[in-house]
Amino acid sequence: MNETLKNNTAAAEVDTRETVLEVKDLVVQYVLKEATVEAVNDISFSLKEGEAIGLVGETGAGKTTTALAILNLVPDPPGVIQQGSISVCGNDMLNLDVKELQKIRGKDIAMIFQDPMTSLNPVLVVGEQIAESVRLHEDVTASQAFDRAIEMLELVGIPGARAHDYPHQFSGGMKQRVVIAIALACNPKILIADEPTTALDVTIQAQVLSMMNDLKEKFNTALVMITHDLGVVAKMCDKVAVMYAGRIIESGTLEDVYNTTLHPYTEGLFNSLPRINNKGSELKPIPGMMPDPTRLPKGCAFAERCKYATERCFEERPASRYVNETHTVACLRYDEPDFHIEGVED
Amino acid sequence: MADNIIEVKNLKKYFKTPHGTVHAVDDVSFNIERGKTLGVVGESGCGKSTLGRNIIRLQDPTAGQVIYDGQDITDLSNQQMKRMRHDLQIIFQDPYSSLNPRKTVMEIISEPILFNKLMKGSSKQDVEKRVRELMDTVGLAQRLINSYPHELDGGRRQRIGIARALSLNPKFIVCDEPVSALDVSIQAQVLNLLKDLQKEMGLTYMFITHDLSVVNYFSDDILVMYLGMVVEKAPAEVLFKNPIHPYTKALLSAILVPKVNGNPDHISLRGEVTSPINPPDECRFTRRCDYICDTCKAGTPPLIEIEPNHFVACHCVKPEGITLQRTVGV
Ligand SMILES: Nc1ncnc2c1ncn2[C@@H]1O[C@H](COP(=O)(O)OP(=O)(O)OP(=O)(O)O)[C@@H](O)[C@H]1O
Ligand SMILES: Nc1ncnc2c1ncn2[C@@H]1O[C@H](COP(=O)(O)OP(=O)(O)OP(=O)(O)O)[C@@H](O)[C@H]1O
Ligand code: SF4
Ligand code: SF4
Ligand SMILES: [Mg+2]
Ligand SMILES: [Mg+2]
Repeated sequence: MNETLKNNTAAAEVDTRETVLEVKDLVVQYVLKEATVEAVNDISFSLKEGEAIGLVGETGAGKTTTALAILNLVPDPPGVIQQGSISVCGNDMLNLDVKELQKIRGKDIAMIFQDPMTSLNPVLVVGEQIAESVRLHEDVTASQAFDRAIEMLELVGIPGARAHDYPHQFSGGMKQRVVIAIALACNPKILIADEPTTALDVTIQAQVLSMMNDLKEKFNTALVMITHDLGVVAKMCDKVAVMYAGRIIESGTLEDVYNTTLHPYTEGLFNSLPRINNKGSELKPIPGMMPDPTRLPKGCAFAERCKYATERCFEERPASRYVNETHTVACLRYDEPDFHIEGVED
Repeated sequence: MADNIIEVKNLKKYFKTPHGTVHAVDDVSFNIERGKTLGVVGESGCGKSTLGRNIIRLQDPTAGQVIYDGQDITDLSNQQMKRMRHDLQIIFQDPYSSLNPRKTVMEIISEPILFNKLMKGSSKQDVEKRVRELMDTVGLAQRLINSYPHELDGGRRQRIGIARALSLNPKFIVCDEPVSALDVSIQAQVLNLLKDLQKEMGLTYMFITHDLSVVNYFSDDILVMYLGMVVEKAPAEVLFKNPIHPYTKALLSAILVPKVNGNPDHISLRGEVTSPINPPDECRFTRRCDYICDTCKAGTPPLIEIEPNHFVACHCVKPEGITLQRTVGV
């Protein structure tokens, strides 16, 4: 705790890094005939250059929708951005025309989509696919672009000679690297990676993640890492935002959230995981499941599953509060001065 | 003597393809003790599912033997196998695609019972009663009995798959990635359920997964596969404390733990997964191994017991001693 505080103050003194991404009060809904999906419900966060934030949460928590909104790519219809603002390197993403947006996407901000295998064109050699992205954003000749493609491939650990191969000639891990090469080809300031290694074997995941780490350091890229894997976040990120039913219920530095866990849901997530060093410990699942996003309860969305819930939790929606300069939590019980959760087992 | 419910002897399963013969499972031998769980890990395509399917005869092995409860079931006819089917069951990874979308929960769970004429002579009400019992056992609310799979979430769908597998009172269940598609909070619910069922019903599991923390939590013994072969087998604690095979070491070092500063550098493997098509007669890990030496290419290393119940297949690991010496990247 002391250490964290010290680090924070130290960071505050020297931190002259530019804020590259700012999401404010974002609300996104999918308006369907039968019902309205409340996918993202008032979330805010920001990211400085070189920083990495982990966006974690279970299926349907709104992670991908948040990412799409940042790029102004929410499918419309049925998606509607109801409220909020998004600034990418100073650009007001929600109020730009398509042409300007296209310039920013790829150049300032790039995204690795959740299902990368489908984002490669099967009938185009991978070198061309990388070159295409370069040509779109930079004033270069075709052969310069292809040279860059070869450079990028080598950067992600694939021999340049393989630029002439088709996607199906690569293994899953290699395809994923090609996707990363495309995303990084124009050296974006921000990279959004939506579950980039979920489909990969652990040894290949380790390779891909350390490569992403190297590139991030080399280019000082800011990273939004979307995942449900708390281990991936621990490896890659300095900040975390835990999402539940479209809200950020806890956020802070990695140390804040992992070492001083506050929210009952975050606690539940950690205690659901089998411990590698403590086989005897019992798994404590969170009972039940996330509420239907078309019928969110009026109180705390976690109340049905929360062992600390009181009557008030079913009536009132908790607001996010700061417990130190970096750590936020949205839970009503922290109104009680001596409330604390049982804690995460070691 | 160990009470083995399953004995696998020199099991092989090859697939002929236009590009050559896939050695999906290549000369694999091991036993599973009654009431225990054998975890099976290894990267995608190393033959885990094929192994599981061949053991319970959903596929016919190319060579080798499977002995269930003392009886060789490798050459049983389909008719004879039908009776065995009660005892040997499987739970699949994907609760989305392994269930027939046009059938109700009632129909899905009762199907094996009806197909195997398990309750011959019983009334429809009796079958429904049994289905409701099974739903209770796996923690599915009875009101869902007439629902369709698409109306349910992943955790509930996986519970249907489990209820269906349990419907014939099996003794041995192959669990093929049963929780991989589920969120962690739901995953823990299903893992606890499988553990409770094992205790209550004395089940034996073969638990296939690529999640190493799950396999450690769940298994008594762990089998590590690489390209169709077993490279290491040991009790779970031993394997995690003292992995010997270079592939096992790399695999375990790649685990990411959810702790601040909990993930020092991993052992990085060179290259990519090698193809299981017409593999040469040498250690299958040679192209990625950091310890490769002259002997590595001298045939496929046999699986040898280096300490009680700890088996390793590497030319540089012998009961007399381990001569693994890093030769690549030094
Ligand atoms: N095009 C769409 N039309 C209608 N509903 C949608 C659409 N896309 C997403 N949703 C819904 O919005 C909610 C949030 O979805 P989102 O994809 O953002 O979640 P996620 O956190 O990325 O989940 P996952 O971990 O499964 O990828 C979910 O309930 C989802 O079903
Ligand atoms: N019916 C088939 N015909 C041809 N090849 C097959 C067939 N079934 C499996 N294979 C091949 O056999 C090998 C082993 O496949 P298997 O599905 O058993 O692997 P696995 O370890 O279960 O992988 P995963 O973790 O991806 O499920 C793979 O190379 C696969 O492509
Ligand atoms: S507000 Fe109430 S229900 Fe929600 S997390 Fe806090 S204690 Fe639990
Ligand atoms: S036999 Fe050689 S190549 Fe194979 S695992 Fe042992 S040291 Fe590595
Ligand atoms: Mg998503
Ligand atoms: Mg499989």
